[in-house]
This record gives sequence, structure tokens and C-alpha cells, in this order.
Amino acid sequence: MMTDPMIELAGISRVFGTRTVVSDVSLRVAAGAILTVVGTSGSGKTTLLRMINRLVEPSAGTVRVGGRDIRTVPPHVLRRGIGYAIQGYGLFPHRTVAENIAVVPRLLGWDRRRIADRVDALLGLFNLDPAAYRDRLPAALSGGEQQRIGVARALAAEPPILLMDEPFGALDPIIRGQARADLRAIQRRTGTTIVLVTHDMDEALHLGDRIAVMDRGHLVQEADPAALIGMPATDFVRALLGGGDRAFQLMALRDVDDLIEPGPAPGAPIPAGTSVRAALAESLWSQRPALPVSRDGVLLGRVTRAALEAQGARP
Amino acid sequence: MSRAGALAQGALLVLLGTFLLTPQSFAKLFRPFAPGDTAPIYAQTPLLTLTVNHLLLVAGATLAASVLAIGFAVAATRPAGRDVLPFARAVANLGQTFPPVAVLALAVPVFGFGPVPTLVALVLYGLLPIFETTLTGLEGLDPALMDAARGLGLTDRQRLVQVELPLALPMILSGIRLTAVIGLATATIGSTVAASTLGEVIISGLLTGNTAYVLQGGLVVSALAILIDAGLRALELGAARRSGFAS
Repeated sequence: MMTDPMIELAGISRVFGTRTVVSDVSLRVAAGAILTVVGTSGSGKTTLLRMINRLVEPSAGTVRVGGRDIRTVPPHVLRRGIGYAIQGYGLFPHRTVAENIAVVPRLLGWDRRRIADRVDALLGLFNLDPAAYRDRLPAALSGGEQQRIGVARALAAEPPILLMDEPFGALDPIIRGQARADLRAIQRRTGTTIVLVTHDMDEALHLGDRIAVMDRGHLVQEADPAALIGMPATDFVRALLGGGDRAFQLMALRDVDDLIEPGPAPGAPIPAGTSVRAALAESLWSQRPALPVSRDGVLLGRVTRAALEAQGARP
Repeated sequence: MSRAGALAQGALLVLLGTFLLTPQSFAKLFRPFAPGDTAPIYAQTPLLTLTVNHLLLVAGATLAASVLAIGFAVAATRPAGRDVLPFARAVANLGQTFPPVAVLALAVPVFGFGPVPTLVALVLYGLLPIFETTLTGLEGLDPALMDAARGLGLTDRQRLVQVELPLALPMILSGIRLTAVIGLATATIGSTVAASTLGEVIISGLLTGNTAYVLQGGLVVSALAILIDAGLRALELGAARRSGFAS
């Protein structure tokens, strides 16, 4: 089904001393997809990620990027072609925002004009006014701004792949939600293949096209979000999912667009693209058995509570 | 730095300059400290010449100590150089704990009289502060920063030159400042083995019981130490600002 994976891990393991941190993991990531790797601390998820850009060398197995065995590429050359964003951001404190974003383009020898244009375009993409931010030092940025600069720097040379290790871990919950939405939107536009490591199952479900669950070095399940919620492979996966409200997790993944039917409904319309979960909550809260749906002010039809409820059933 | 501090340092610089260029105009001031009718101002060698030689000796020693100590510290913080660390530490510590006078005594038979034994003693004595502060500066870098630098594709050399050394610079400069200031005072003993330093004035004063000479040598060295300390502190502050630390 997946003919041409962007990233392919074949039977990779990593042993530190006597400890096997990653054990015989095989995974494929399709071009343009987001794979989220989720697990508790010590599950080997970060080591797994770091084997893709040779920050850690596998003890066994092969990693292919774009069809090429990465052992045939010098590490620093490989890394310049793969974006890398981490929890602590790791911005260079002695360099301005523009210089930070320009690190990889400069290493690649882009000319000045092209770098400046790229920096401004990226700042714009992350909703930061280039004139106001270009010459600031990282110390003069908020946590959310530093996070965005960290991702902008990772994307600067337009890498086909972006590796992210808990990129939102240090953000407060409100900014985190926005940062996830921004990442998703930017990824849709650029088509970048992303592998994102997180300990937060909600984050994994929201961002991932596919989700890989790691437990003590083993890959215990790899599936799309609905399948993971519907059929957790082990108790560990079930525990990560949080047990009780699987129906609502499933509803949060889906939007109302496919459930729209013709017919009238009372009250203010909800916008198309609203999640099933949010629509059901609105229906319950306002005691309406059906809600009108509109897109850009145009009424599309309605969704009924029964249709919404049906989305919570086990797949 | 406060305005008053800068002003005081400016005044000290002017005073020192005036004294070195026209020492005789201060004769009255030192008269009470000179016994009998001996000359109140040291005149065997011009004070300006001694000061310049003193500064050159300390500058040379500080430069050599900086190159060696920074080199040691860089080597000791590379993955392959972890084994060097205990050795480098031992050399630096030995240099610091071995009395400079003893170094002079040991170096004279090898290098003969003159400035070289003093230079050797000053270099050895100056290694430790620079080595330790450089080590602290390099090892204290944010691990996330180093990980990002590696993950973005900087080579080992690029990381050292573009990230590690610039960020450790304020610490390195503080070590160089310490070494320079200690060296200024220590260099005076070089005159016991015929190095041309301001120690000549002090030793001559001690031998002839002329307190005025001792004061002249001592005060000029102190003034130099204060001014050089202030100058290097200003450099450090500038480096720290550029590193994005101070805000």
C-alpha cells in the first residue's frame, strides 16, 4: 500500500552498555505524512528519533531516508537536509532571530538575498512581523515565540523531513493548542514529512496521521488514530489512551462535514469543520436536537444529535 | 560601571601617566620617605622604561598562558579528549601551587639570568585561572543548545568556533583578567633574576632602605593592576552582552 516511504526503519535496535533502549523496530513513514511517536519516558522514543538523523547510531538495522541508507551520507550533510526541533528549542543566544533561522541556509551556502527573503517569509508564516523580530536576541522572546523560531529554523532550508522531539513540551496549554494547529496548517502547506515524539497521547492523536506507540524499547502498535482508539493492541496502549472516554477521543478526531444533511435546525449555526465532539457538546448545552451548519455564512444544512452520537461507537 | 567609578579610573590613568612621564615633579611628595639626602625618585632606569618592560613581560606571559590553557580546555572537552582532562588539570594545578620563586630558582640554571625564567614562571602561574574558567564556560553550555547545533548539521569545528567559544568568551576573559592581574604583581620578583620590571625599583628600595622607592614601585604596579582589571572587566561585560546573557 505504501510504495515509496520517505523514511524507512528496518529492524533497528540500539544498545547502551547492557541496556537495550530500542529493540528491533521497523516503521515506514509515507511522504507528506505526520507520524507521532508516543510513549512514557524511557520508552526509547527519543532514541528512535535521533537514529533518523544519526545523532545516535543504531546498534543493528538500517535506516533509509528517501530510499537511501543514511550510513552512506556523512552525518553533518544528512542533518542539513533534515529539520530538527527540540523541547528546549536550543536557539543560539548570541545570534539574532534572523541569524538563528539562517543557520542551515548559511551552512548550505545560500546567497545573502535568498537567505533574507527566506527568513522574512518564515517569520510571516509563523505570524511574527519580520521588521519587529528579525534583529531581536532569543532572550527578548517569549516561550511561544522561541518555540516558533525553533521550528522556523528547522524548516529554513525547506527540508523534506522534520524531526521534532516534544516541541510543545515547554509551552503552557493555551499556547500549545495554537502551536499544534499552526504546525498542522504549515505542514499541510509545505507537505513536509514529520516525525514527532511526544509523551502526550492527546497530542499524538491530534497531530498524527499515524501513531507509533513505544513501550520499553518495543514498538507495540502503529496505526491511524481511529484504529488506535478503537483497537488498542495492549493494555499499555489502553492505559496511555486514558481508558474511560474513548468515544469522545474518537469524536474529537472527526469533523461534522460528512454528517451534514438537508433540513432546518434552530438557533445559531456552527461552522463547518467543527469537531463532532464540540458539536455534540453544543447540542447538549443548548438543548437542540439538531444544529445548523454553515461555511463562510452560507447555510449548508444541519447535523442531528443522533448522527453525532453514532460517531462515538467502536469502529 | 558607575559614572563615579569611570571618573576615578580616568583620574588614576592621568595621574599614573603624569608620574611616569615626569617623575621628578613628584619629588616633594616622596621626599619624606627617602632617608637623608638620597634622591627621592628612582632614576637608575627611567620608570617609564621599566613600566613598559613590565607590561610587555606580563602581556607576553598572559598571551602564552591563554593559548596553552584555552587549548588544553578545548582538548579536554572534546569527546576524544576526555582522557586528557586529568593530565591537563594536573599541569594547571601544579603550575598554580608551585611557588613562582621556586620556578625562578629552577629556571635560572636552564635559561640563565634575564626575562625568560620570569616569563616561564608567569606562564605556569597563569595557566590555572584561564584553564578552569574556560572549562567552566565550555561545560556550562545549555545541552539543548549543543544538541540543536549538532542536529542542524554544524560540524565539530563549526560548533566550537561559532557556538562554544563565543558563548564561553565572557568566562574565558574573566580567567585572562585574573591571570593578568596576578601576573602584574608576581612579575616584580623577576627582578631578582635580572628581568627588567618594576620590581627593580622595589628591590633597590629594600636593599638601600629607601622606602620612597618601594612605594614608587608598589604604587605603579597597583595602579596598573587596577586599570587593567577595569579595562578587561569592560571587555567581559561587552562579550556577555553580545552573548545574549545580560539584558
